[in-house]
Amino acid sequence: MANNTSENIVSKQKPPTSRPILATFILFGGIALLVLSVGGSILYGASNIDFITIWQSLTNFDASSTAHQIIRGLRIPRALAAALIGAGLAMSGAIMQGMTRNPLASPSIMGVTAGASFMMAVALVVMPQASNFVMMLWAFGGAGIGVAIVFGVGSISKTGLTPVKLALAGTAVTALLSSLSSAIAIHFNIAKDISFWYAGGVSSVQWMHVHILAPVALIGFVIALFLANSITVLNLGDDVAKGLGQQTIFIKITGTLVVLLLTGAAVSVAGTIGFIGLVIPHITRFLVGVDYRWIIPCSAVLGALLLVIADTISRMVNPPFETPVGTVTALIGVPFFLYLARREGRGM
Amino acid sequence: MKALKSRTRRTLLVAIILMMGMLGTLLINLNLGVVAISPIEVMKTLIGQGTENNSMVLFHFRLPRIVIALLIGAAMAISGAILQSITHNELADPGIIGINAGAGFAVVLYIYLFQGAGASTTSVFLLPLTALAGSMLAAILIYAISWKNGITPIRLILVGIGINSAFAALIIMFQLKMDPNDFTRATVWLSGNIAGTDWTYVLALLPWVLLLIPLAIYQSNMLNTLHLGDDIAKGLGTNVERHRLFLLFIAVALAGSSVAVGGGIAFIGLITPHLSKKLVGTNHASFLPITALMGAFILLLSDTIGRNILSPSEIPVGLIVSLVGGSYFIYLLMKS
Repeated sequence: MANNTSENIVSKQKPPTSRPILATFILFGGIALLVLSVGGSILYGASNIDFITIWQSLTNFDASSTAHQIIRGLRIPRALAAALIGAGLAMSGAIMQGMTRNPLASPSIMGVTAGASFMMAVALVVMPQASNFVMMLWAFGGAGIGVAIVFGVGSISKTGLTPVKLALAGTAVTALLSSLSSAIAIHFNIAKDISFWYAGGVSSVQWMHVHILAPVALIGFVIALFLANSITVLNLGDDVAKGLGQQTIFIKITGTLVVLLLTGAAVSVAGTIGFIGLVIPHITRFLVGVDYRWIIPCSAVLGALLLVIADTISRMVNPPFETPVGTVTALIGVPFFLYLARREGRGM
Repeated sequence: MKALKSRTRRTLLVAIILMMGMLGTLLINLNLGVVAISPIEVMKTLIGQGTENNSMVLFHFRLPRIVIALLIGAAMAISGAILQSITHNELADPGIIGINAGAGFAVVLYIYLFQGAGASTTSVFLLPLTALAGSMLAAILIYAISWKNGITPIRLILVGIGINSAFAALIIMFQLKMDPNDFTRATVWLSGNIAGTDWTYVLALLPWVLLLIPLAIYQSNMLNTLHLGDDIAKGLGTNVERHRLFLLFIAVALAGSSVAVGGGIAFIGLITPHLSKKLVGTNHASFLPITALMGAFILLLSDTIGRNILSPSEIPVGLIVSLVGGSYFIYLLMKS
């Protein structure tokens, strides 16, 4: 029965399309736009700084100038972190959706976000005085625990690890862990401390965060590119992939590790920023077709672009207050997403 | 034929066990709390022989809340079951495709526009109506945007995700513009809460549930057909679009009216259909009634736990649903 329907689907679909020319254009055009928007993000903010000052702060740093300090200490790391986090979340989302073949899959569904926020809540109770770096380690550990539970639950079951089961286990574990962290927050009265973290954002980023994010994002990106071809095959279905001689379990485990690496780092720096991991992969797939060798790099570029622009806007809407960046990403992304969903509609 | 018979027997058995569970929970629920009423006193009070104090607590505080929990549980569960069947997606529930967010947005907008002024008695009636209008608006938007020579389940889900994100973002934007008092009021409502219920809420929700759940069960055969996939359903001569629209309307109305009364109680629409499917299989004729009973049971149990475990302070019922339902669901996943 299952074989029958999957054959039907395969035979009825138009041959999977891939649009390498558009993809190349997105890749290079996106990178150019990204450079511009990082520049814009450094330029605009609570206090606008003119271009010459920025140039001087890079070439001829003057420690006594406030503007120079803002640029070097706050604006540049913030813009870079936003780009890295956006790229990481979007790539994780693309990998998740490709592996599970479910359009609702996103990094947060794997228990990554819930695990990290749970450990964050625990850390705030156990060691309230911990430094930023220590908190980041807790969050990263939590992300790992979340994934381990989800994967464990999925693999312990007798019928083995199916994509649907993985997604279901992820949803259940997410619900369980986030209700536990809410309970901790209510009981120990730390709801306010943890709320900044739920809102998500890159406003408190320092160079230290960028130093950790950059290598992680690079490693994740390289492994993801190596996996891309296998994910394209896996996206045709487990049976097809196995039939083509693919080590599906190995691919899934490696893919999950990459997701853990990328999302864990992003979440532990910026909290829970939704939407990018869920929606950017869809937008990319609508634009460039079904080949994950294009989807993964294009997702990275578009995710970075969206988060940098959204972060800049979030500073400018209501200065000196910052609008939560997740809100801005959603409001920019949704109309575009709906337009594409309507136009193409094939989704996966 | 024999298999069919044993399946029916099994469904009946599960139904009886669930109802016993509900009755037991109900008695325990009444026996706990600040004013404990023992089972014998409950019987006495029900036939009019109880003390004045007992009958006031029972009829004015405990019973409406219990009934509301049962109704919301059943309604959300059926709504989730219908959505999962017509979209062929096991992760679908009213929360994920934006129905709850639409209701939430309407409520936040209402509180924002009538700052504080709406906190009078009229808001008791207007708030649920506003929420219902919001969820209907979300559903109409989703349907209209995903319509293009018909609906495909995948497009419905994708558009739903988009609408959900948009409403969630708008909720945050308006919430941030509120004064602290209104902010708290909106937050309490959004996180799902049935603490302040009285009989008016029951009366507001009861007609929907009594009308729509039997209607959904009556449509079981149609759901069975749609569940096979659009192509097969069309091949069997079904008018897929018309029936899907009708079923979608039932799902939205059930979710919308329960969100209107109880706020955003998440997760119950997602897990309950899975639990009952594990118990009685996928034939909607037996699966839907069990889903309704299961949802009612889970929400009553969760509310009983949430009200008493850290008494006198209450834990929001949505949290307990996730804890209890989530752990049992994980256990089932590992066993399957």
